[in-house]
Parts: sequence; structure tokens; C-alpha cells
Amino acid sequence: MRALEELLKVAREKYDITVFGAEPYGNYNRILLSLVLAGDKTIDDIMLNDEQWYIDNGITLYKGKKVTNIDRKNSLVSTEDGISVYYDRLILATGADPFIIPIPGAQLPGCISFRDIHDVEAMLSVSKEYKKAVVIGGGLLGLEAANGLILQGMDVTVVHLLDTLMERQLDKPAAELLKLSLEERGLNFFLEKETEALIGEKRVQGLRFKDGTEIEADLVVMAVGIKPNTDLAKEVGIYCERGVVVNDTMQTYDPRIYAIGECVQHRNATYGLVAPLFEQAKVCANHLAEFGIARYEGSVTSTKLKVTGIDLFSAGNFIGDDESEELFFKDAAKGVYKKLIVKNNKIDGAVLYGDTIDSTWYLQLMRDGTDITDMRDNLLFSQAHIGDSGHGETSHIASLLDEAEICGCNGVSKGDITKAITKEGLFTLDEVRSTTKASASCGSCTGLVEELLASTLGSGYSATPKTKPLCPCTDFTHENVRTTIITYELTTIPAIRNFMEWKTPDGCHVCRPALNYYLLCAWPDRYEDDAQSRFINERAHANIQKDGTYSVIPRIFGGETTADQLRTIADVAKKYKVPTVKITGGQRIGLLGVVKEDLPKMWGDLTNAGFVSGHAYGKALRTVKTCVGSNWCRFGTQDSTTLGIELEEMTYGSWTPNKFKMAVSGCPRNCAEATIKDFGVVAVDSGWELHVGGNGGVKVRATDLLCKVKTSEEVLEYSAAFMQLYREEARYLERTAPWIERVGLSYVKHRILDDTEGREALVDAFLASQKQAQVDPWDAHANNPDKRAYIPIKHVEMEATKKISRGLR
Amino acid sequence: MNWLEIGGLDDIPPLGARIINTDNGDIAVFRTGKDEVFALDDRCPHKNGPLSQGIVHDRRVTCPLHNWVISLETGEAGGADMGYTRKYPAKVENGLVYISITKETLAK
Repeated sequence: MRALEELLKVAREKYDITVFGAEPYGNYNRILLSLVLAGDKTIDDIMLNDEQWYIDNGITLYKGKKVTNIDRKNSLVSTEDGISVYYDRLILATGADPFIIPIPGAQLPGCISFRDIHDVEAMLSVSKEYKKAVVIGGGLLGLEAANGLILQGMDVTVVHLLDTLMERQLDKPAAELLKLSLEERGLNFFLEKETEALIGEKRVQGLRFKDGTEIEADLVVMAVGIKPNTDLAKEVGIYCERGVVVNDTMQTYDPRIYAIGECVQHRNATYGLVAPLFEQAKVCANHLAEFGIARYEGSVTSTKLKVTGIDLFSAGNFIGDDESEELFFKDAAKGVYKKLIVKNNKIDGAVLYGDTIDSTWYLQLMRDGTDITDMRDNLLFSQAHIGDSGHGETSHIASLLDEAEICGCNGVSKGDITKAITKEGLFTLDEVRSTTKASASCGSCTGLVEELLASTLGSGYSATPKTKPLCPCTDFTHENVRTTIITYELTTIPAIRNFMEWKTPDGCHVCRPALNYYLLCAWPDRYEDDAQSRFINERAHANIQKDGTYSVIPRIFGGETTADQLRTIADVAKKYKVPTVKITGGQRIGLLGVVKEDLPKMWGDLTNAGFVSGHAYGKALRTVKTCVGSNWCRFGTQDSTTLGIELEEMTYGSWTPNKFKMAVSGCPRNCAEATIKDFGVVAVDSGWELHVGGNGGVKVRATDLLCKVKTSEEVLEYSAAFMQLYREEARYLERTAPWIERVGLSYVKHRILDDTEGREALVDAFLASQKQAQVDPWDAHANNPDKRAYIPIKHVEMEATKKISRGLR
Repeated sequence: MNWLEIGGLDDIPPLGARIINTDNGDIAVFRTGKDEVFALDDRCPHKNGPLSQGIVHDRRVTCPLHNWVISLETGEAGGADMGYTRKYPAKVENGLVYISITKETLAK
């Protein structure tokens, strides 16, 4: 079904679609079956596409009809009761069957598998009459079934062949912790027990093990695994091994027949989890639409247990081998265990128990193959521990109450999000964002929302892919676009859209500002800035406030001002009746609540007194914060104020991928808080320490030390090189902190410290672009006679509007 | 219909907007990339953000305050957002832009 949804998205008109399904339902979200069993959801909650959906999309649905033959010569499929349909292309999605252990008694009533809605219904009805349940299989599915049955009031015993639960996902220590907490919930375990037979006459009454012991049971659930359903494919001569063998475009040995899902064997792997199936569906749809660019290259799978209150995560090669190393952390009292397998400086596998807040991050690092050398020291303590403001105490997400606020910007609770995920059938971060608005504003709770997706969907969750398109208007990434701009000398936004075949006529509010910045950065002396592709703050050179008024913040270099400057600002504030005058966080003076019409006049007054724009509104150099340094301070070792002013004079006006803040402290006491800035300078007796990649705000990140230099000239040189590298290589809206985490500090050090010629070239490029950038926009706008951007082009006064407006009040 | 001339097409930048003010609040007049014009109240249905200051793309505008996307044709919010901004008939003739403000449009 997912393949059809994908196909409808990309090529709605291309095919007439017919669907045959053996089950008498539309399609439902199989991975949420355990929640139905646990009583958290109803079957209706987990339906994905109801019959109306098929009708709305012009799809013919034959439900409860089993296909029994495919006549490949004549391209004809037929069912047991004689329906025949010709095909141009055929998709096999026959799924997998539960594996039933071939032991005596397996056919007795009361012995079922855990696979479809029938099984769940059967379990629910048995639980009303009987008491004792045994689940054979201590894997993911078995434990979810066991948990569901306990919640239905049964006594549940889990029988497992091995001594480790979920041995395909967990190592021993994690499995031990899991067993303990499941025992606390009342589950019993029989480990290292092999079932010999089910006993009972009319229905199941118990189990006998190989060692001769027996236990009673009214219900036996076999959850020992699945096997790809290849019956139909085999019968019609399509090549199968363990599954139906497919290539990277999901075609079987008969190129007109595709296969996807659990019935498939691809590059020798079969998958029983949902995330890989979605990837396959996408590739298959792309190929059917004859785009032919997508290939399926296998999946990195991860697992979560969908048992409320248990945080558990596993991915990749979690046991390790001779060539790998282990990093681990264990706090038995708190029930926390984390293990990472590292191979060639990359994460190769992970097991987390009790604290899985970083699971999505680790998964991303694995999929991306990120070199972790630079973050090795705190990899285990990582992202969540760096103080996300507004999200304290939320590291155990599965145990949070439904009322817990996840998105502090839009007021979205955990319950809102999980309900939307299950009710609306959401699978991706973007879908959750557009449906609930969670993490759609500042984005700081993105990790938490991804966590919730993962814990609600379990293995159905597929993390945001590594290479994300720039925006929905294109499939190309930021990097693709930047390289193309340079290689093909594209110099306008329409040229990029044409050349790279944008899907929308004008782009959107996401790509336009990015393209404008990339062009500005690539061609500083040729590109004419496109005001209509700027966010309003940069277009109006002032920060829009919640009531539609603006703030005006003149630049005060290094934060050092004079009585005359203050007098000018005071006069301007009075003249234009500015309601609020505020000292900002960056040591500047903000005039807030200015109406748009007044902006050019105020700017005129300020620029006449020698002020320039403070760029407090821009993705640009913001401020250089300083302390008084050795001029006044008894501890100061260097003249931090003068250096701060020089830095700001060199860099002001520069556009950057996101805002860029600097600070200079005159001694290691660091009163200017330089170690949470994009570029921070701290004076020591022998010179200056240069720090990079810090920020306050949502996710506090302290800087990394770049190097130490002796003279203030060197500080200027290195800061220019660093800024230019950031300008040229970071993605639009990516601040220095995530950029450095993405590319690695070693890389930045290499470019700035080791490669002397490269550094000099960066400095030259920066200074060259500053020649155009330091033309003051306030001055330009104040002296431009065309004020149509600031004042209404017409005033309308009409009897009609007056009367009506009175009436409306 | 009562057409009111509000200025030249040249007064509005392509993919941009200008405002006219009335006793009943500001009206934003938009110009698309294909030189079509649309008029909406200059108030986002979400938190009254000035739509005239947003980024115009295709026949839509993105509100500058919280990125709601409003259809210029219908005044309705897109995606999962629910809301409606009042729209006015608008047209271009011989390089001049006209809009129509009537009791009927205001009463909506």
C-alpha cells in the first residue's frame, strides 16, 4: 500500500491500479497490533487506508480474494474464484507467515500466532474466559504479546530457547535489565527451555519441555519468528531463495514483476521491520513512475520495544567483533545501560536501555557513517546532556505522562503527538510537524519528537534520511545546489530553478532565502540581492515584532559607547515616541515598537549622527561583546575592548548562513562569555585563545578551542578565515555549532591551522566580499526617495467601509 | 462591482506586496510572479501577522510571524492550519490595479 501511496504521489495518472488482498480488511498498521492487544488502541485506530481511500484514488480493491495464479506469458493474474485481470506491471507484497513450531499439539485450539487482526481478536476473547497464558518466544514480538496479555489480566509466562531475551537485538546486560523490569510487571520467564509438545485434548492445557517438566496453559502464543511468503512466486516460477529475490530496483527475475516487503530477499537480507519496507516502497514507486533514479541499497535497522514505560533501543552490529571497540556505561541503580560498538571511528552498533534519548542521534551517526573521533569523549553523555532549555527532565520519554509538554513553543503535549501518530498514521518527522506543529517552530524538541515517533511506532520508524533535499521544491541537497551554482556559474535564483528543474514556479519561503544567500556568498561582486527572497527582517532591516511593529538597534562597536551617542539615541527615541528602550543581550540598545512608516526617518536621523545598522535582524554578524579588559579591570591581561572593536569593524555587515556572534574577554574569568559564541576570544597572559562553535539559546554548546595565537593581528586573520569557511560551507540556517558537529573540529582545524595558503585565501575572499557588504543599508534606505515599501500606497476612506466597520464592532 | 483604483502595477514588486490603509484596517495587495494581483486583509488568521511582509510564492504567501502559508486565491490557510483571511476581488487593467471593497465582501 505504501508503494501505491508513493506512486500516487509521483505519477497519479500513469497506471490503472487493482489491489488483491486475502484479508477481509483494508490495510492496517501491523506494527501497532501490540497496542491493540494492550488495550491502548482499537482496530479502527490503526486502519491506514479504508475503503473510501481506494474509491477516492480510483483503485479497484478485491478484498478477501486470494490470487492463485499468475500467467506470466499473457500477463494475467487470477483468483481462486475466477476473477482475472491483465497487468502491465505487477507488485508482489505477499508478506510473511508466522513460523509455527512443528511439534505435537501445535494445531490444538488455543494455540495461535501473533500476526494479524484475527490473532489479536482471538487473544482478546480467550483472555476474557481463561487465566493462564504462555508465550513461546522471548523476542520483540513475543514480549509485546506477553505485555498485552498481562494488561488483559492474564498470568503470563514467556518461554525462550536461549538464556538472553531479544538476543537478536540485545546483549546480555541489557537483556538482564529488561527481564528485571518485566518481572516487576508480573511476567514469568522460563529461559533455556525447549518445548517438546503442547498437551491437551479438546484445547490446549499445557506445555511439556524437552527436560520433562510441564506447565499449565489455557492459551499458547507462538511468536518465534516469521518466514517470507513465497508460495505464489515459487508456483509461477519466479526465482526464490529464503524470499523472493529482487534487485536494487525491487524487480524480481521477471522484470515486469516487482516484489516488496517481508516476502523479499534483497542482497541476501530479509526484513521483518517496517522502516526498510517504506524505503523499498519508495524505490519501487519511483521505478514504476519511470524516474529510475532511486536504488534500494539495504537498510540499517533499529528496534524499539513498544511496551509502555520501557525505554530500549538497539541497532546495527551490537555485539561487536575482533575489529571493534566497545564504549559502555552502566548505572544499575538507575536502570541505565548504554553500549556503543565503534569500528574504524564510526558507530557500528548500539544498545541502550533505560535512557534512549540519544537513540535517534546514534542512528543518524550510524547511517551517515560520521567519524566520531572528535566527539568520542562525551559520545555516551552526548546531546541530551548539553542542557536543552525548556526540556529539562525529559530524558525518559516513554515514562512521561501524556500531559507532559513536548513542544514548548506551540504547546503540544506527548499525548497530542502520540495520538496524532496513531490516529493519522504518521510515520515521519515532517508529517508530525505539519499535523501537530510539534517541533515546527524553534525545533529544539525535534529529538524528543523523533523519540516519540520511534517509541510509538517501534520498528516502524524510519529516521530522517541522511541526504535531505533543500526543501519540498527540489530533490537536491544544499550541497548539490552550492556546487552547481559554482560549477555552472549560475547567477540568479530563476537560473538555479530552471537549471536544476525546481518543481514549483517561484520556490518557497524555505528555498528562496537559502538560494539568495548562496548566490550572495558565491558572487559577492556580481550578484544583485533579491529583496523579495529575503525574510522580512532582512528586507526591512529591522526585526518584526509580534504586533507587526519593528525594533531598531544601531551598531555600537564592541559595546563601547559615548555620551553623545547615547544622547542621539535618546533624542530619536523621544522624537518617534518609542515605547520601549532595552539593553539587549549583546550589549546594544534596542528601540522597540517602531511603526514601519517611521523606520526610514529614524534611520536617517541615526545615520546622520554616524550610526550604522546593527544587523540585529539578520543572518549576519550580530555583535562583538567585550569586557573592559586591561584598560580598567584589575584582572585584565589584554585590551579586549579595542580588539573587540577592531573585530566588529572588520566583520560587520557580513551575511552568514545563520546569525554569527562574537565576544572578547580580557582574561580567563571570561566575563564576556566568549565560550558560548560562534567565535570567542579569551585573553591569556601570553596572547589569545580562539574558541569556535559555541552558542547559548535552545541547545547550549560550549565552544571548542581552535588554537592559541600571540597577536591581535592573528586574531583578526583567523576570525576572518573561520567566518569565510563557515560562510562557504555551512548549510543555510545552520549555526556554527551544528556545522562543526557535522563536519568535525579536526576538519575545521585542518582548513584553518594546517593549510596556511588555504587560510590566506579564505581571508582574502572574506575581505573582498566585505567591500560590498559594508555599504550601510539604513543609509541607503533613508536616502531612497521611493518609500513605497514602508508606507501605504493608498489611503481609502469610504462611507461603505465606515458604516460596515461600525456595524462589525 | 465597485472597482477602486489603488495604484500602478509597478508600485508593487513582483513576488511582493504593498499595503493600502482603510478605516477598517490595512489591506495587502499582492503581485505574483506572473503579474496577477490579489488582495487580502493584512492579517494572518493565526496571530494577526502582517501578510504583506511575507514571502510570496506561486499563489501563496508565507506569514512572517510563524510561517503559516495562506492562499492568495481563497484566503485560506494551507496544510494542517485552519483559518481564513478575508479576500477582496482584485484586477489589473492597463497597468493599473483595482480592488473592490463592498458591503458584501466586508460582511463575510
